[in-house]
Amino acid sequence: MTNKSKNDLLIIAGREFTSRLFLGTGKFSSIDVMDEAIRASETEMVTVALRRVDLDNPADSLLSAIAGFKNIQLLPNTSGARDADEAVRLARLAREMGCGNWVKLEVTPDPRYLLPDPIETLKAAEILVKEGFIVLPYINADPILAKRLEEAGTAAVMPLGSPIGSNKGLKTLDSIRIIIEMCSIPVVVDAGLGSPSHASLAMELGADAVLVNTAIASAGDPPLMAAAFKKGVEAGREAYRSGLPAAGSGAHASSPLTGFLRKD
Amino acid sequence: MFREIFDSHDLNRIRDRIYSSSESDFEKALASNDSRFTPDGIIPFFSPAADKHLEELAHRSSGITRARFGNTIQLYSPLYISNECNSSCIYCGFNARNRIKRVTLTPEEVTMEADALYGMGFRHILLLTGESRRAVPVTSMAEMIRRIHGKFSSISVEVYPMETQEYMELIRAGADGLTIYQETYDREAYAIVHPRGEKSDFYWRLDAPDRGGAAGFRRIGIGSLLGLSDWRIEGFCTALHAMYLSKKFWKSQVLISFPRLRCAPGDFKQPFNVTERDLAHLICVMRILLNNAGLVLSTREPAVLRDNLFPIGITTMSAGSKTSPGGYSLDNDAGGQFEIEDVRSPYVISEMLKQKGYDPVWKDWDRNFQA
Repeated sequence: MTNKSKNDLLIIAGREFTSRLFLGTGKFSSIDVMDEAIRASETEMVTVALRRVDLDNPADSLLSAIAGFKNIQLLPNTSGARDADEAVRLARLAREMGCGNWVKLEVTPDPRYLLPDPIETLKAAEILVKEGFIVLPYINADPILAKRLEEAGTAAVMPLGSPIGSNKGLKTLDSIRIIIEMCSIPVVVDAGLGSPSHASLAMELGADAVLVNTAIASAGDPPLMAAAFKKGVEAGREAYRSGLPAAGSGAHASSPLTGFLRKD
Repeated sequence: MFREIFDSHDLNRIRDRIYSSSESDFEKALASNDSRFTPDGIIPFFSPAADKHLEELAHRSSGITRARFGNTIQLYSPLYISNECNSSCIYCGFNARNRIKRVTLTPEEVTMEADALYGMGFRHILLLTGESRRAVPVTSMAEMIRRIHGKFSSISVEVYPMETQEYMELIRAGADGLTIYQETYDREAYAIVHPRGEKSDFYWRLDAPDRGGAAGFRRIGIGSLLGLSDWRIEGFCTALHAMYLSKKFWKSQVLISFPRLRCAPGDFKQPFNVTERDLAHLICVMRILLNNAGLVLSTREPAVLRDNLFPIGITTMSAGSKTSPGGYSLDNDAGGQFEIEDVRSPYVISEMLKQKGYDPVWKDWDRNFQA
């Protein structure tokens, strides 16, 4: 870790993160592979679908594998919930079962593209925030919705780059740019990032973090891909911090056009 | 209702077009993207011209499956409640005319079977009955679901077609999935193999997934029994049905099964042969046309075939299945519906999946989604 990144902490709900790469845990070929990918990514935030967790069984293998990482924040998600009621019910249950009070709010009534329902997401967020949850909602790249969620008290917003699992990258780039400009809570680009360069671009735009799952889990060598994403995220972040030069349309003459103007 | 779309297609014309599609028609179809798949546009996928491109189809299908579902296979098990049946489907072991031992499990026995499946690790189960309302009325079915609901993450039902209100009763009891095969979309063949009983009503069955969708099932499984008619036309109709259902009931996941006819008690000879290549062809095409559908492969197929076929597009597999009521925990000699080819235990199958680099998923739903 460089000194530079030590000074560049991401803070969500008072918790500090040095890594700006969050990982999803679905789609891995085994818990061992997932474990290695988490290690290689150096992530400090990992999301787990509650539908995959056996809440009746405290020794659930997925949860215990993640609990093995002491510096990782567990972020249970409500994937599968079709409306606010279902998401809220599942979040409460997870908290009762000892999964903590962080929740990645996913309300995705359409099982095909898993696109988030903005109305139900806002409804659920309002309820969960009031109940003391730290809520990170998965949303479409809608700047006004992002602001409404911020006002409702969510800890971050997680706009999608493109549909989950599509690996298409930042198809929503222009809207993400506006969200970053308008929001004062962290913006985490979630879903659709298919390669480290996509993650890099999101970070260059000024996203506070990215969440990646499919691209790593379904890579030929998931740990190697996790390491590649880590570098992509770091490169994008450093480029953003260093102040990217604006891309120009033409060459600039080296002799200034206004050099003849007097200073006074 | 799907019947309107179905009736608007002249299947003889579809057959002609399937058989006359050229390789370039197929290539054009393959190059078009999902949002442009129209009923006409999908015809070449089922054509003999596409047969030569099976390897290409398999690569495409497997890529889509990995991107959407990752390296995972979801496991489930059937639980037969009854083999009593009013119908005389001539291909089926439960045919009312077959002399087999008829059994309907008591609620206590269903619980025992459920406990046995739970002990093997299953959290997703499929409850089945014969076509007999008398043997298992809707209220008893709901009662059984209620009894075992606390154990399982997901309960699907494969039962005689019901009214929307009746399906809703099962959902209130805790069921979340409905499986109902049309058996065949070929009306002539349908009439021959379903000569009597409620099941002889083609449209009552064809409308059942609509009623299930309207009732609110989160998973709707369809399929045709491969071997009753020309698989190419069955495939076309199944795709049409699935595309319709996923548009109409956009909050539900559509699943497609690929049951090939197996030997069952009785002396039925299947009219059409469906080879392993044909089966693979169908799986690949369904995946390409319906990227997000659950594709199911049961223990009807032999172990070697299942082990090699699942990576090209399957998301969901059964394991250790018994097709007779009481098969897991009771010693009752009840007759089975069909012969199981892959007789390996759930544990052995999950180890096979791991060895092939797949995560066997026992739980991928939560009963707490429902109030």
